[in-house]
Amino acid sequence: MTLSRHSRIGAAAFVGAVALALTACSSSSGSSSSAPSSTLKGELNGAGSSAQESAMAAWRAGFQSLNSGVTVNYDPVGSGGGRTQFLAGGVAFAGTDAALSADELTKAKTVCGADPVEFPVYISPIVVIFNLPGITKLQMAPATIAGIFDDKITKWNDPAIAADNPGVTLPDLAITTVHRSDDSGTTKNFTDYLAKAAPSAWTVGAVSTWAQKTGEGAQGTTGVVSTVQSGSGAIGYADASKAGSLGTVAIKVGSAYVPFSSDAAAKVADVSPRDTARASSDIVIKLDRTTTDVTAYPLVLVSYLVACPKYTDAQTAPLVHGFLKYVVSEAGQNAAASAAGSAPLSATLRGPQGSGTR
Amino acid sequence: MTSVEPSVLADDVTASRRTRSAGQLAGRAFAGLTTGAGALILAVLAAVALFLVVRGLPALTSSSADLSARIEWFKKGQTLLGYTGPLIFGTLLAGALALLIATPVAVGIALFISHYAPRRLAQGLGYVVDLLAAIPSVVFGLWGVLWLVPKLVPGFSWLHEALGGVPLFAGTPSPTGRTILAVGLVLAAMILPIITAVSREVFLQTPRLHEEAALAMGATRWEMIRMAVFPFGRSGVISAAMLGLGRALGETMAVLMILSPGFSYSLALLQASKHQTIAANIAAQFPDANPSGVSVLIATGLALFVITMAVNVTARWIVSRRKEFSGAN
Repeated sequence: MTLSRHSRIGAAAFVGAVALALTACSSSSGSSSSAPSSTLKGELNGAGSSAQESAMAAWRAGFQSLNSGVTVNYDPVGSGGGRTQFLAGGVAFAGTDAALSADELTKAKTVCGADPVEFPVYISPIVVIFNLPGITKLQMAPATIAGIFDDKITKWNDPAIAADNPGVTLPDLAITTVHRSDDSGTTKNFTDYLAKAAPSAWTVGAVSTWAQKTGEGAQGTTGVVSTVQSGSGAIGYADASKAGSLGTVAIKVGSAYVPFSSDAAAKVADVSPRDTARASSDIVIKLDRTTTDVTAYPLVLVSYLVACPKYTDAQTAPLVHGFLKYVVSEAGQNAAASAAGSAPLSATLRGPQGSGTR
Repeated sequence: MTSVEPSVLADDVTASRRTRSAGQLAGRAFAGLTTGAGALILAVLAAVALFLVVRGLPALTSSSADLSARIEWFKKGQTLLGYTGPLIFGTLLAGALALLIATPVAVGIALFISHYAPRRLAQGLGYVVDLLAAIPSVVFGLWGVLWLVPKLVPGFSWLHEALGGVPLFAGTPSPTGRTILAVGLVLAAMILPIITAVSREVFLQTPRLHEEAALAMGATRWEMIRMAVFPFGRSGVISAAMLGLGRALGETMAVLMILSPGFSYSLALLQASKHQTIAANIAAQFPDANPSGVSVLIATGLALFVITMAVNVTARWIVSRRKEFSGAN
């Protein structure tokens, strides 16, 4: 209960901050913010997270169809590359799977001349997928998942898996774990979840490149999914939207097993507290992976957009302002959900600012 | 009237002098252009080498503790050499496998085209081989990962059961088949056309007199090939193989898509997550690497550059050494 009250404060602060940040944008750009959005003109450049790529494509298309004079470009170079380009002043906004670090915040302050604007725009659920003949649903506690991916549990009929799945006949089959071979935000969030939800079983910590020598690596989400598909007894993790017809694991939250759903994934952002050490315009969620709220699915990737509250170029500020407003709006979030399979930000998190531009 | 003729003559002379000087100018310009083109390739090579050294230097000069502190995927207590070593091993292993598989097949195809096939068929086959060279490597990667590799799994299990005692085939084979041997097979298919094309050209150049002399002495066609074609073409086949090896060593996309990577000096060809190549590792790690990480990756790229240079120099050396003993001239 204390947790959810905390989160409500967080959500309120989020709404306030976006409003504040967006007002900051408009104040530096003069009168244009009150004018209808269709008067926007020009080109807006962003770069960063490749996880956001398909969502960004939907946002660009949606925003450009509302504002015919605007071109939005997004280069999916990767989160690190996007942050670097943003901090060098090369792009107006960046998409990133990890929030700006303390070092980067200092740099951002110099580039923007103020605290940067940063907020979650993209919540992507990650599912544990498996390939077992005849079985499409399993339940697992975080410690079981950690044991499997750490090669401590090597057979599908291991007592630990059986204990999570009463009534399911598990085959005597070797487990092949499949992980991402490239540096990825999905791996980072998956291992972060294991490290926090099963600290005694997962000792490697949160890493974005798989560190163990166990299991098999595959390139990209599609690579992981196709490898799991091709190997009987294989288990892996991937963005929920790409899981296809593979079996998925319901993860243990509190006393229940929660299967993946968009609502449950969005919910975890609601019940998680904000990072209060940051400035009011800098909204970073400290994901609560150990939540006991049985309506929340804590295995998610949260991706952020970073921008400046004001720009030296008078034309850029209203563009960024309008675009970010569209991205967090209900229309924008739904567009991303249908294009990328992300979980739309909940109304609480989106706030009146977001719904206003529908 | 008489005064006109000399002037016409004079005109003629100046005109021809003018064209001659224009021709000289064009010749000089063309010579300059070709020299420039030749120099450009050296300049590009030097620029790439310089880039690799300059951008890799921070990684080369940093201590291993520094690197592991700044780069997430750089393990504690690991040296740069310790990081690059398994990558070099994996790169060479993949290249060697591809070469071992591709060269005999390529020589066979080349011989068939040059000496066995009816002329019509030879032309068509030669065209198809060249066409194979035009397939982009990403298509080979897709074909490998979606079609070929799953079909290899039973074969790999059989190899393990039959020859499990040999270290190469020891260890439980991967159930998904994404191993260095699968990579070797796909790379072999990729370098087959270049080795075939060059070998075919070399075999076709065998002096007719040598071949006819061998046949006149009563040699069968196979004996003629052994006595006349192979000695003549040996250096050509070696340089063809080295060209292929160069492509296999640097191949990125197909390896990235097929191989389940790992860092070790394992010889187990049927196990996944044991090997990784330099090029595929750079492609996998670069997108989200920080500046220190990029520097380490560029340093591994420098290692690849040195290896391919060494391969080419060795090939040149073998070719030049063999020339005198080839029995051709």
